[in-house]
Amino acid sequence: MNKIIRTSLAGLLSSTMITGAAFAAGTHPKTGEALADDQTFTYRILDEHSSVDPQVVEDVSGAEIVRDLFEGLMNQDEDGNLVPGVATGYTVNDTKDVYTFTLRDEAKWSNGDPVTAGDFVFAWKRAVDPELSSPYAWFMELMSIENAAEIIAGNASVDDLGVKAIDDKTLEVRLSAPLPYFPQMTTHSTTFPAPQKVIEEFGDAWTKPENIVSNGAYVLTEHLPQERSVRERNEMYWDNDNTIIDKVVALVINDENVALTRYLAGELDRTEIPAGQYPRLKEEHPDEAISFPRLCNYYYTFNLSDGGPEAFKDPNVRQALSLAVDRSIITEKVLAGGQPEAYTFAPEATAGFTVPDVEMASMSQAERDELAKELLAEAGYGPDNPLSFQMVYNTAENHKKVAVALSQMWKQKLGVNAELANMEWKVFLEERGNQNFELARGAWCGDYNEASTFLDLLQSDSGYNDGKYNNARVDELLAEAKTSDDPAPLYTEVERIIAQETPVIPIYHYAGVYMMDSDVGNWPVNNVEQNWYSKNLYKLAE
Amino acid sequence: MLAYSVRRLLVAIPTILLLIVACFFLMHVAPGGPFTSERPLPPQVLANIEARYGLDQPLWKQLWDYLYNIVVHFDFGPSFKFKDRDVNDIIAQGFPISLTYGSLSFLFATAVGVSLGIAAAIRHNTWIDYFAVGLGIAAQALPNFIMGPILILTFTLWLGWLPGGGWHGGQWQYLVMPVIALATSYMGSIARITRSSMLEVLNSNFIRTARAKGLPTRTVIWRHALKPTLLPVVSYLGPVFVYVLTGSVFVDIYFSTGGLGQAYVGSALSRDYAVLLGVTILYGALTVIVNLLTDLAYAWFDPKIRY
Repeated sequence: MNKIIRTSLAGLLSSTMITGAAFAAGTHPKTGEALADDQTFTYRILDEHSSVDPQVVEDVSGAEIVRDLFEGLMNQDEDGNLVPGVATGYTVNDTKDVYTFTLRDEAKWSNGDPVTAGDFVFAWKRAVDPELSSPYAWFMELMSIENAAEIIAGNASVDDLGVKAIDDKTLEVRLSAPLPYFPQMTTHSTTFPAPQKVIEEFGDAWTKPENIVSNGAYVLTEHLPQERSVRERNEMYWDNDNTIIDKVVALVINDENVALTRYLAGELDRTEIPAGQYPRLKEEHPDEAISFPRLCNYYYTFNLSDGGPEAFKDPNVRQALSLAVDRSIITEKVLAGGQPEAYTFAPEATAGFTVPDVEMASMSQAERDELAKELLAEAGYGPDNPLSFQMVYNTAENHKKVAVALSQMWKQKLGVNAELANMEWKVFLEERGNQNFELARGAWCGDYNEASTFLDLLQSDSGYNDGKYNNARVDELLAEAKTSDDPAPLYTEVERIIAQETPVIPIYHYAGVYMMDSDVGNWPVNNVEQNWYSKNLYKLAE
Repeated sequence: MLAYSVRRLLVAIPTILLLIVACFFLMHVAPGGPFTSERPLPPQVLANIEARYGLDQPLWKQLWDYLYNIVVHFDFGPSFKFKDRDVNDIIAQGFPISLTYGSLSFLFATAVGVSLGIAAAIRHNTWIDYFAVGLGIAAQALPNFIMGPILILTFTLWLGWLPGGGWHGGQWQYLVMPVIALATSYMGSIARITRSSMLEVLNSNFIRTARAKGLPTRTVIWRHALKPTLLPVVSYLGPVFVYVLTGSVFVDIYFSTGGLGQAYVGSALSRDYAVLLGVTILYGALTVIVNLLTDLAYAWFDPKIRY
């Protein structure tokens, strides 16, 4: 109902043609709130972004900028629902392997050229082209676009990619397998259009502010590496009249405590809250400290490969260790940022995912500890024969705190000796990827909002399955879920098996924990992927 | 002296070459590579990327190509992490920034440190001496990674006088805190070295002779004592000059200045081989040149030294 009202309001407004300038000192067209004169949004990023080339970008802060500069076929709204972008809509054939998108006539590049289906064809071919060697080429493979895998492998020509411009405003995509959630994947930056003429003229330097041409709500006007990047309103954007924020500034601040200080001094509108500081900040600034669930998990994985420790081959041992972890201590005392405790691998926030009733979640911690002791004794470990192993994590203060808490819980409750070892990030990835560990930290953020983005990690042949967990039934269920119209019960069964066999110890699910200036309107806290668009934000008058 | 300088510069060439080779192999020995990530790339994608950057070639070939491009084209290669910039761009952008606040810190630390040290030595065992020594020790005990957050808390959050970070083309408001944060601990050391050196010089025979001649104290200090006092200070300042540029990573992290220090450490962590090598060569060359200048400066400060 709400949604219907909102949509019709939006339609009404776009028909009355309000200009951008009218917002500046005025009121918000939908909510009627008074708007600030200065519509500049300034936020902190942890690190310099890798690129603003849509087909090349591979980091979160880069993707955030790309989502403002470019616009793909579809966008997400504040709740993560699919809404039209450059495409006004799409049709799909009965076998769900040919999608046809219709592009809006008024979509333009920042130099005034129309956005055509050919721009998408160029971009998508570019993404799989071995010559560009995009680090996100695999995403096109994941989208099951016809011949994508063959082109990446060098066994087919780029021109064989299953994407075609029927005419300037009609794009046809052929898939190698039916994919019900294909349109959702077109909100990902890898699929955004690219300006062929500009790229051919400037080569790798086309993304510099003086050269770049883009089709999103903003254009890049300034980039000082390791310091700041600035994007400003794109007057050519088809929905420019409904865009309120004029200017977005991303400041690179490596240290989160310095970022917090600068936020408190009024230099930033948004920054992350360092672990453990949320309760204090919430008390001092109740309107500004916010926490909401995100689409990421945090876990420890057992090494179940042949080279892994013998003790972990026994499911009782694994389950005992998982049971003895008091998640509430981690989420409430160590992190204290409103993170949900985790008893399943996929977060509850995942769309269409019902958290199964795993037994552990409904027990009290005392009951869990009791069962853990029994299971471990059953496996043959006790005071005379204590279980010992090494747990590794990548060097970072927060990971260390969690690891220390875990090892203490195991020591006190079960008499287990867990030796801590930390490694520099790349060393850690290399060692974990080669199964040179006993118990290792892991974390995963969803590539798209569907449970398979997490559960696929536990598929026996997944490249991300560092623990080498292997269960034929899990593989079967996950394969079935790919083409199923209702995969939810299949995912639930996978989670039940995982809870039983415990190849991983889920610890918590992430929360977005931010200081957000109370004059920032419409931050999409309900978008669990945190795909935010500056064009949907606004600044309120103080 | 010219012959000496030329000789020293010629020796520098094999030194830097050795540095490149050692750094190159150490870099490749470190586990993980530029494209190791939490989402391991499919082997085919990885192979395409490695082919693009020539990482599929044998190591000796990679090293040869690298050296060839430097010598013939003065091209230090592409960045693996930042796709639209190469190493030359990164250095051209970051080095002037590091050089600006590094030089200012160096001048600040030297000027204040030497003045404090001399004042303390001349007024030995008075309140000036105690004050200078106390200040020197306090400054030395506050490394720049402690000074950074303290300064930001004080001047940005509590007093609201200065912006908390950024560069803005090197406007003075943005320079004050980085320069002070970087300079303090060196300033403390310089003050202490100057003070003890000056005390020693003031007790030496030639100073006693100068005083016995009836020269005014000011002439004794400026004409006779200052130069020999500064000799140990100069040998300390040489490395300090390189440190204020290389050690600037803390300044870059805390003040978002965008200097080369952050690029240096960042490239090591992300295994951005070409950037790491490029910056290492720059710092290596800088060290060689500064050491030479320091040695030449000795001749001016100490008449006993001749080249």
